[in-house]
Amino acid sequence: MPEAISYDALVIGAGPGGYVCAIRCAQLGLKTAIVDKNPRLGGTCLNVGCIPSKALLHSTEIYHELLHGAKKHGITAKEVSIDVSALMKKKDGVVDKLGMGVRMLVEKRGIEILTGTAKLLGDGQVEVSGEEGTQTVTAKEIILATGSKPVELPFMPYDGDRIVHSDHGIAFDSAPAKLAVIGGGAIGLELGSVWARLGSEVEIIEFLPEIATGFDPDVAKAARRILGKQGLKFSLSTKVTGVDIGESGVTLRAEGPKGDVTFEADKVLVAVGRAPCSDGLGLEELGVVSDKRGSVTVDEAFRTNVEGLRAIGDLIPGPMLAHKAEEDGVACAEILAGQSGHVNYDLVPGVIYVDPEIANVGLGEADAKERNIPVRCGTFPLAANGRALATDATEGLVKVVAHAETDRLLGIQIVARNASELIASAVAHMEYGGSAEDLARTIHAHPTLSESLKEAALASDGRGLHSL
Amino acid sequence: MAIEVKIPALGESISSGILTTWHVNDGDLVEEGQTIYELETDKITQEGAADCSGSISLKAGEGEEVEIGAIVAIIDETVTSGSAPAPVKAKQAPEKKTDESKSETAPPLLLPETEGKPHAQAPAPHLSPAVRKIVDEHDLVPTTIEGSGKDGRITKADALAAAKASPAEEVKTAAPVPTPRPAPTPPITPSVTASSDDRVTRKPLSPIRRKIASRLVEAQQTAAILTTFNEADMSAIMALRKEHQENFVAKNGVKLGFMSFFVKAVVHALKAVPELNVRMEGENLVENHYFDIGVAVGTKKGLVVPVVRDCDKLSFSEIEQTIVNYAHAARDGKITLQDMQGGCFTITNGGIYGSMLSTPILNPPQSGILGMHAIQQRPMAVNGEVVIRPMMYLAVSYDHRVVDGREAVTFLVKMKEVLENPVRLTLEI
Repeated sequence: MPEAISYDALVIGAGPGGYVCAIRCAQLGLKTAIVDKNPRLGGTCLNVGCIPSKALLHSTEIYHELLHGAKKHGITAKEVSIDVSALMKKKDGVVDKLGMGVRMLVEKRGIEILTGTAKLLGDGQVEVSGEEGTQTVTAKEIILATGSKPVELPFMPYDGDRIVHSDHGIAFDSAPAKLAVIGGGAIGLELGSVWARLGSEVEIIEFLPEIATGFDPDVAKAARRILGKQGLKFSLSTKVTGVDIGESGVTLRAEGPKGDVTFEADKVLVAVGRAPCSDGLGLEELGVVSDKRGSVTVDEAFRTNVEGLRAIGDLIPGPMLAHKAEEDGVACAEILAGQSGHVNYDLVPGVIYVDPEIANVGLGEADAKERNIPVRCGTFPLAANGRALATDATEGLVKVVAHAETDRLLGIQIVARNASELIASAVAHMEYGGSAEDLARTIHAHPTLSESLKEAALASDGRGLHSL
Repeated sequence: MAIEVKIPALGESISSGILTTWHVNDGDLVEEGQTIYELETDKITQEGAADCSGSISLKAGEGEEVEIGAIVAIIDETVTSGSAPAPVKAKQAPEKKTDESKSETAPPLLLPETEGKPHAQAPAPHLSPAVRKIVDEHDLVPTTIEGSGKDGRITKADALAAAKASPAEEVKTAAPVPTPRPAPTPPITPSVTASSDDRVTRKPLSPIRRKIASRLVEAQQTAAILTTFNEADMSAIMALRKEHQENFVAKNGVKLGFMSFFVKAVVHALKAVPELNVRMEGENLVENHYFDIGVAVGTKKGLVVPVVRDCDKLSFSEIEQTIVNYAHAARDGKITLQDMQGGCFTITNGGIYGSMLSTPILNPPQSGILGMHAIQQRPMAVNGEVVIRPMMYLAVSYDHRVVDGREAVTFLVKMKEVLENPVRLTLEI
C-alpha cells in the first residue's frame, strides 16, 4: 500500500456541489482531491439528472411540435417518426461531452481525481476503494458531497423494468404504452412529459391536492391545465397503496378522493422525492449527527459535529437542487480558505422544465399569508404578450408577490416558455432587495417574454399597461 | 427593559472613534442625562450621556476603537436608585428607538426566523451578495457605510471603500490561505496594541492623526498650492497693545493679542481682494460674501481649526474672546464638528513655536491660508538709515487654480499696509 497522501481539502462526491467546491478550493490555493465512484464526473445532475432529462425534453419538444404545431405555420412533413434509440444516443452524447468538460476543468485546476468509493476512517483519513485497489488518503478538511438518490416506496421496490425511478426513466428503449407516474413534482412532470410526447399514455398520480408543491395553487392549477391539454392525465389527492405486477403489466391500487381506484400501466415511474446518500460512508461509525430524513446536520460553516468533516448539497437540509449544491460548494470552500461564505437559501430558484416551464423563487402568496406577511400580488397572462403571440408561447402567466407596505419583492412565479431563464432577473432583483416598482421601472426589451415580468410587477400596483 | 447605549452618528466622514474614558464603572447606577463616556473621533472629542436611568453594564473597554452605531453599554432600567422604577421614562426611551429604526428605511425581513428576532437593534440595511461578503470579511457595520447606490443602497464600491478605510484591512489580507481548521476565521481585532523593540516603536495612528494625514495629502494633491511672502513691521501694533492693554483688559476681560489684528487685517485684505475669498466647487467658482476665518489651534492631539464667524462684524474684543473660548475648548477636547465647518480663509501661527518662515498648506476647500511667524528684531533700512525693527515674515499660500499671483501678492501687500498702520483698520482705508 502506498504511503498516505495528504490534502488540504478532500471532496467526496463529484456532483455539481462536489466538483464546484473542489474547483473553488483549488482556486483559493488549497491542495485538493475529489473522490467519485464514477470516472465521469458530474454526479446525478450530469449523468442521470438535469442534463440528460433536458436533452430528452428538448428532442421530444421538437418532435411534438412537428406533429402538432408545424401545420399552422404552413409546414407539412410527409412522414414524421421517432427513433428512440437515436434520441437516446443524442442524449448520451450530450452527457459525454459535458462529462469530459467537467473532468477537464477539474484536472486543469490541479485537483487530484480519485476514482472509487470513499469510506471515512476518522482523523481525517479516507479509504478509497477503486478498480485499481484501495488507498488511504488524509485531509485536513473532508467535504461530503455525496448527493441524493430516489426514494423508494416500501411496498414497491424498484426492479428497473416495471417499477422504475428517474435513472431508468431517462433510458427506456421505447415509449411504454401506458406509464403511471407517482408524484407530480419536477421529476414526475418532466419525465411524464417526455414519454407523453413520445406516445405514452401518462397518468400522473399525486398524493396532494395539487401538483407542483411550493407554487401558489392558482399558478399550479394553470400549469396543470396546460399540461392536461398536452395529454397528461392527473389524479390528485390520490394515495398509492399497493401494486400487483403481472405478466403483461402492473396494476396500482390507490385511494382517491372518491374512493379506491386502480391504474393499469406498463411501467410505473416512482418520483416521490429524493433522500440523502449517506450509506456506506462510515458516518454512523464516526457518530455524525443527521436528522430523521438522513440529512446530515451542519452549522452555517457546513461543519458536522465531527471535526474536520463538512457536508454540502443534497446531503444537508434544503432544496435538493444542483444550483443550491453549487453555492454550498463555493461558500464551503471560501470558508475553508478563511473567507466569509454565505448562501441565501431564501432565494434558490426552482424550475420544472415542462413546456411551458414552471419556475419560482422566494415566497408565494400562500406562503406569505401563512407567515402573516401582508402582500400585494400582480399577475400577467402570457396571452397578452406580443412576443408570446408571435412565437406560439401564449400559455402561462407571471405572478409577482410584493410586500404590501414596503413593496419589496418577496416572490415570483412564472409559467412560460423559458421561465427558467426569465426567473434569473427576478432572483437578481430580489438578491439586491429590489421592490416590485424597481422591477416595473427596469427597462425590458420589446418584444420579449420578459416584459410579462415587468407587467406583472406593474399589475401588483394596479397599473398594468397591457392588461386590464 | 434594557436600553442600549450606542455611539451616535457624529458627521458624514466619521465612522469610528476611540472610547477614551468611561465616567462610570460597570454596574453603576446612572441618571438620565448623566455624562457617561468620552469619545475621541477624527477631530473632536464628544461626550456621551445616558438616555435613561438605571444600572449600566459596560460593553467596551477604555481605549477601544468603536464604530458609529456600536453598542458600548446597556442600561437596565428596571434597576434604579429609587425603589420604584420610573414608568414614564421606561416608556419614552424605547419609543425613541423605534423612530430611529424607522428612519433607516430598512426593508422587511423575509424569513419568519429573522422576523422573530428581538427588535432591540435597528434592522440592518439590505446587502447585495458581494457587499455582504465584504462586510462580513472586514467586520464592517453596514449602518456606518454611506451608500451611493439607488435609494442610498451600499454598492460594492462603497463597501470596498469602507473596507479600505477600516484598520482591519491589513490584518485580513495578510491571512494565510491553507490553514483551514478553525473554519470561520477568528474575529479580526485591529492591531491597536503598540509594539516596540530597541530601535523603533510602532503604534497605530490616532483617528485625529489619520484625519490630519488624509486631509493634508488631499490638499496637496487637489490644489495647485503656491506661496508668496512679505514682511511687516510690527512696531505700531506692539505700541498700540502696550498703550491700551490695561484698559482693554479692564473693559473686556480679555487680553488684546495679535490675533485680533491679524483677523481684522485678513478681513480688510479679503475685502480689498475678493478674488481670494473663493473656493472651487467642481466646474464652478464659489465667491464668499462673508468672512468666517479659521484659526489654527494646536492641541496635544493635533491641530484643529475652529472658525470665527462673521469677523467683519466682530469687535477686537469679541474676536479675542472667541479665540480664547476656542482655545479652552480645544485644550479640553470639546471642539465640535460644527465649530470647524465652513470657513473662508485660515490663519495659522507658527510663530508661537518660533518659526521664522514656512509655507502653509491650504485647508480645503478654502483657497488661501496666512502663515504668521516669529517677531524678530532685525535691522531694516528706513529712509536711507538702518534701524532696528520688530519684523514678522508673512506667507500666504493660495490655490493657483483659482487665484492668480497678482491677487495673492496684492493681498499680502494690503495685509502689510494695515499691520504696519493699524489705525487704517478702524478707518477701513
